Amino acid sequence: MITKRIIPCLDVKNGRVVKGVNFQGLNDVSSPVSLARYYSDVGADELVFYDITASAEGRALFTDILREVASTIFIPLTVGGGINTVDDFDRVLKCGADKVSVNSGAIRDPDLIGRAAEKYGSQCVVLSADIKRVDGSFHVFAKGGREDTGMEAIEWIRSGVERGAGEIVVNSMDTDGVRKGFDLPLLQAVCDAVSVPVIASGGAGSIEDFVTLFNTLPGVDAGLAASVFHYGDIPIPVLKAELKKNHIPVREVE
Amino acid sequence: MIAIIDYGVGNLFSLRSSFAMIGAETVVTGDPEIIRGAERIVLPGVGAFGDAAEKLREAGLAAVIKERAAAGTPLLGICLGMQLLFDRSYEFGEFEGLGLIPGEIRPIADRIPAGLKIPHIGWNALHMTAAPSPILKDLSDGDCVYFVHSFSAVSCDPYVSATTGYGAELTAAVRRGNVYGCQFHPEKSGKIGLKILRAFCDTEVSALC
Repeated sequence: MITKRIIPCLDVKNGRVVKGVNFQGLNDVSSPVSLARYYSDVGADELVFYDITASAEGRALFTDILREVASTIFIPLTVGGGINTVDDFDRVLKCGADKVSVNSGAIRDPDLIGRAAEKYGSQCVVLSADIKRVDGSFHVFAKGGREDTGMEAIEWIRSGVERGAGEIVVNSMDTDGVRKGFDLPLLQAVCDAVSVPVIASGGAGSIEDFVTLFNTLPGVDAGLAASVFHYGDIPIPVLKAELKKNHIPVREVE
Repeated sequence: MIAIIDYGVGNLFSLRSSFAMIGAETVVTGDPEIIRGAERIVLPGVGAFGDAAEKLREAGLAAVIKERAAAGTPLLGICLGMQLLFDRSYEFGEFEGLGLIPGEIRPIADRIPAGLKIPHIGWNALHMTAAPSPILKDLSDGDCVYFVHSFSAVSCDPYVSATTGYGAELTAAVRRGNVYGCQFHPEKSGKIGLKILRAFCDTEVSALC
């Protein structure tokens, strides 16, 4: 039986891991390489690296770090942040990424999804969407959650899958940083709309939140979080043991 | 020296790095002469079967792989590289493979209940069969490895050394003499994957049987 994936997300700026609360007030946590090794050792099933650097120097630093991580850690790596062209895909894939996540780049140029899927395969293209309720409907936000695109989120995700996205990261801005659980109504709507893997993001505060997520929504394939893992609030081995106790299939590590 | 065959299909960074991690010397090459001189050969690959099979033939690599496999050189096919070891595939048409292991490649969707997601992507458990493989010798039944695939090998029962459950038992690892295959990605399967690659480095030259 396929296992549910537990995915720590590492936001990287100028070579260091940071995590915003509701996308504001970034705090330095640790070195990406040592944090990645730690997570791999304790049983993270996959890692997401999100490059939030704006400068060219920062970009180069990021790919150096990615290369170092991919040389020593052998679990799937997804890279996002600043992916606007097929060349950007090429740049991170060459440094050891397995999947590339697009967000604002796909909003600006939706055909990027199709071009990348054609070149690297759908399994390589992850569509990540920042979603927030506006006047009773789900809207897609761009630029790290700063700009309301006005687009309806479920339709945007459905069209992304049609264009070739092989996996969806659903980041609820309403629950992100609040630590009171994943956004189950939003995730339910996404699971009903697409048949590719769905990764839940935003809102994990306790082990119980993950149990509720996977028990309530069998269509969700993975749970992604950052600060609760980085600060040690939820140790991954304890989380996995608890999921297993609740009959949710997980990968155990030695 | 292990030759990792480079025929323009897929990303070889992790594969090269994982062999380096276990201290194995590799060369990433599309040169038939270097491949001919290698102690072991790895055939990687992602993408479509027909396209990959054609690239292998055009580059003159299909003939070299068959020649070395027949001579007893340990050969490991990974993901699409494993599928290429079989007789043929029905992925977007009908295409001929290397014919090193009897069997064929069919869509997973034909064999599993509707509602399960395709591709089969993520960590899934290995179930060892009665035909164990030396490359799996350090693993335990139930160890998880990382899969990404929409097609799988069928009609190859005598050669299946491990399966994985996804609505049906899918072929996960195969072996015929010195020819080995993994449908999953050992280079993305953490410590379990490194154990498989290390065991492959320890395999001995033996005849196809």
